[in-house]
Amino acid sequence: MKVHEYQGKELFRKYQIPTPNGVPVFSVEEALKAYDELATDTVVVKAQIHAGGRGKGGGVKLAHSKEEVESLSKEILGMTLVTHQTGPDGKEVQRLLIESGANIEKEFYAAITLDRSKEMDVFMVSIEGGVDIEKVADETPEKIVKTWIDPMLGMNSFQARKLAFGLNLSGSAFKEACSIFMKMYTCYRSTDASLLEINPLILTKDERVIALDSKFNFDGNALFRQKEIAEMRDLTEEDSMEVEAGKYNLNYIKLDGNVGCMVNGAGLAMATMDIIKLAGGEPANFLDVGGTASAETVKNGFRIILSDKNVKAVLINIFGGIVRCDRVANGVIEAVKELGLDVPVVVRLEGTNAEEAQIILEQSGVSIIPAKGMKDAAEKVVSAALGS
Amino acid sequence: MSILVNKSSKVVIQGITGSEGQFHGGQMLDYGTNIVSGVTPGKGGIKTLNESVPVFNSVEEAVEKTEANTSIIFVPPPFAAEAVIEASYAGIELVVCITEGVPVQDMVKVKNVLKRNNTRLIGPNCPGIITVDECKLGIMPGFICKRGNIGVISKSGTLTYEAIDQLVNVRLGQTTAIGIGGDPIIGTTMRDCLELFEADAETEGVVMIGEIGGQMEIEAARWAKDHMSKPAVGFIAGQTAPPGRRMGHAGAIVSGGDDTAEAKMRILRECGVKVAESVADIGTLMKELMN
Repeated sequence: MKVHEYQGKELFRKYQIPTPNGVPVFSVEEALKAYDELATDTVVVKAQIHAGGRGKGGGVKLAHSKEEVESLSKEILGMTLVTHQTGPDGKEVQRLLIESGANIEKEFYAAITLDRSKEMDVFMVSIEGGVDIEKVADETPEKIVKTWIDPMLGMNSFQARKLAFGLNLSGSAFKEACSIFMKMYTCYRSTDASLLEINPLILTKDERVIALDSKFNFDGNALFRQKEIAEMRDLTEEDSMEVEAGKYNLNYIKLDGNVGCMVNGAGLAMATMDIIKLAGGEPANFLDVGGTASAETVKNGFRIILSDKNVKAVLINIFGGIVRCDRVANGVIEAVKELGLDVPVVVRLEGTNAEEAQIILEQSGVSIIPAKGMKDAAEKVVSAALGS
Repeated sequence: MSILVNKSSKVVIQGITGSEGQFHGGQMLDYGTNIVSGVTPGKGGIKTLNESVPVFNSVEEAVEKTEANTSIIFVPPPFAAEAVIEASYAGIELVVCITEGVPVQDMVKVKNVLKRNNTRLIGPNCPGIITVDECKLGIMPGFICKRGNIGVISKSGTLTYEAIDQLVNVRLGQTTAIGIGGDPIIGTTMRDCLELFEADAETEGVVMIGEIGGQMEIEAARWAKDHMSKPAVGFIAGQTAPPGRRMGHAGAIVSGGDDTAEAKMRILRECGVKVAESVADIGTLMKELMN
């Protein structure tokens, strides 16, 4: 789960990680009020969307007067911001962060995330801040300093010192950075984050270290014990159909193709998308109805797939293990009757009671194209999508 | 022969009185799994699953009284990590954690404990292990398997069933099939399983099914290149997955570099693994290699 920059900075304040003063706003009036509250000459007007690259996309601008705050807020609020992370459709800006400007001496990078291969969290810093860190990692990996954190011990001060020395800091800035790194880890760990990134972490002209940005990812599996984090979720930043699917415990991701698919199990769902592509089609979605698909989940899955108007044909691919295929078949028939399908549906059922299911489908009178095996199913659904 | 579990595995079910524990406990008993006990804290003293399995308050007690050496976990996500640790400290050698949705930080800790205690964990968020006709320690449909000489390793549940079904259709049976799970941190890796299958006299070939995200398939393939004498077929799901999106499994996300399906397929091929471009070809490719 992601949160906005301003929400991340609220967490920073809670964990005493220094950030510029700032106020989140939803309207131009609130932006003007925020400018008065901050009582500083220069402020930054920052678009709040769940994607990086906002500055390049025109969503982050400096304002030197109340008039500028007004015109920039008008400009950015409601605009569709397109960045390399939003996709070509971009995202509508609904919230702004009005923040005091900072005197930047140097820009650094700092982040904590899980290192899957080492099975530990890794803390990384770099003197190359404010730029794309993947580029730094590719071109000048020696400019990234890393330390791995023992889960039983937590972060040690020698590790924080290693990172701060890695940024060539000294004096009060060194001490301040060490303290920030310790607090970053506490924050990361206490909130069940899977990523905490500050880019840039800055050194000001008066030798202070400040988090100028915040980026968090949180472990969705841990939200049951992170109520405060769960409440920060902004559903308007997510695809509405994906949110709707989540209500029924369906895992749905919309894609750009025209062949809808409904599958039980994430791996089989991905493999189904892949074989649709191999058969010459383009998958319209990823949809995992879970290891235990029932008639009800099948019906909800159908509704969600068909709400995508690009869908020209649907493939249902269920490998019945614990779930019985005859029940799934009944669910399909019920859904077809209730929703009144106007696109062809190819059904492949394998596993427990597959033969009974085949008979049920054949005798139902509902027009369904039966398939045997994944290759057959993919070819049939792709040709159906082309034909309709 | 087979790997990890067999007829003599003595199984304790953690969370036996819950609905999952009850249902799958019954299914495992029907398959012939040697279930010796169950654990639900606070319900010790009763007997369950048609009065056939004694329930204890702790794994330690279950081990003491019934000599359990293998455990399967059906407890909810907030308590799953602790259940693994409890089993580990009770001296259980092999733990299968079926539970889906265990927080990553919990797993980071669990892994640390396992390293010290000499316990092997399969999962979490996995279908479990089956040694055909001997022991089903999981939630897979046992009837789709046929005894034979192929080992199956997979990150995904239903895709494992698909592979088994295809193998059976080309008259290839299995020794053991293992669903290792698709979370970012799991107990037993693909490489661990390859090592076990390589050392197993009965297994003559291996199917390994991976997906996008992480480096596990690559690590396994590199190991196979230097150490594996038996033929292997590989498949990687997620060729059409968009980067940055989590495809169901918490670990199935392309975050850059070598974790795309394309990169993994290339490296598998370079390491001598026969790669199925299409999921439908897994069975026939294995058949070709075995002939």
